[in-house]
This record gives sequence, structure tokens and C-alpha cells, in this order.
Amino acid sequence: MTREVLAIALFVAQAMLALALCLCVYRLIRGPRAQDRVTAIDSLYMNALLSIVLVGIRTGSELYFEAALVIALAGFTSTSAVAKFLMRGEVIE
Amino acid sequence: MNLAPDLPPIAALAVAVLALTGAAVALTGAIGLLRFKTFYDRVHPPTLSTSLGLFCIVLASIVTFSVLGTRLAIHELLLFFFVTMTLPVSMMLLARAALFRDRVEAFDKELAAEVRAAAQQEAADLAAAQAEAAALAAVDERPGHDEDAAYGRD
Repeated sequence: MTREVLAIALFVAQAMLALALCLCVYRLIRGPRAQDRVTAIDSLYMNALLSIVLVGIRTGSELYFEAALVIALAGFTSTSAVAKFLMRGEVIE
Repeated sequence: MNLAPDLPPIAALAVAVLALTGAAVALTGAIGLLRFKTFYDRVHPPTLSTSLGLFCIVLASIVTFSVLGTRLAIHELLLFFFVTMTLPVSMMLLARAALFRDRVEAFDKELAAEVRAAAQQEAADLAAAQAEAAALAAVDERPGHDEDAAYGRD
């Protein structure tokens, strides 16, 4: 019984995160300027990270934690690089 | 959908509540990102999902893996600390880039307005000079018009 409740709760949480991802994609397509799109991508990878951690909880596998860590690292690097590009027109000077 | 870890009831309840809270907070952040009007408003809501949302879901993960494998699994906190350290840096860089771009754009607009005003002034001056020249020429070419007479000379 508790297992079913937990499964439903995790499913609802994943559905909410999926909806959040859809909203981020909408902002990514719609965003009037480049900085809005970069914010949308930032929010997108963060919500993807959260849903990956939820998949890890659901399957009981520790592997997904490392995937989430890699996503966090790559997301920070890419957001910083794009912000630098927007500021200076070049990433590495 | 039937996939869930086999946890004792209290732990399962805690995980369910934490996961739902985290996901709801993340969804709130995404709605804020969608609905706010300017970029400087829109920078703020995604930080909901990276602070409270991430914290709740990481806590749910800690509870799950601590109960599943009999020892305390706190390496998930690494994720929370890493994101908490790096996100302000990237957001600050992004906001500064946006500020710089807005300033450059405003300056360009001002400059373009000044150039346009100067060009219009010049065009008006030119048109006035041309009209004056045309009027003088018309006076000169009138039949029987003696230019010297106009100055009182014979």
C-alpha cells in the first residue's frame, strides 16, 4: 500500500517537473532576447537535474546521482560561457 | 508507474512529501519564468527550483538511499552544495551581460536619434537655401529686369 502511494506521489512529482520543463521550453522559444533564452536554458537543465534525481529515487539506483552531478557541472560551465559571450562577443580572449 | 523503492511507511511518506514539495516549488519557479514581464524579473524565479526545490528533492534522495542501504548516504548533499556555490556566479555573469547589452542598446538608440536629427536639420537647411536660390534666379530672369537698376545705377 505505501509502495503504491509513493509510486503515485513520485509520478505526480515527475509530471510537475515535466510541466516545468515545457514552460521553460516555451520561454526558450518565445524569449524576446538572448539573455531570456539563456535563463530559460539554465532553468531547463536545473529541472532536468531534479527529474533525474527523482528517477534515481524511483529505481533505487545510485547511478543517477553522478549523472545529475555531471549535468550541474556542464550547466554551470555553459551558462557562464554564454554569459561571457553575450558580454564580450568572445568566450576565450 | 508501479516502480517505487520498498520503504517503511514513515520513510515512504517523508519521501513522497519531500518529492512533491520540491516538484511543486520547481513548477512555481517555471511559472514565474513564464509570466514575469522583464528580464530582470525573470532572473529570479528559477532560483526557487535551484534552492528549495533542489534541497527538498535531495533530502528525499538522502532518506531513500539511507533507508535502502543501511548506512547514511549524504553524498547527495554534494549536489546541493555544488549548485548553491555555482549558480549565483553564473546568474551574476548573465545579469551583468544583460545590463551591458541594455546600456549599449540605449546608447546606440540615442546616437541614432542624434544623427537622424542632425540629418533632418541639414536637409531642411538645404531645402531653404535651394528655395532662396530659385527665388533669386526667378527675379533675375524676369523680362525687362535690369539688375543694375535695382541697385540705383544707370
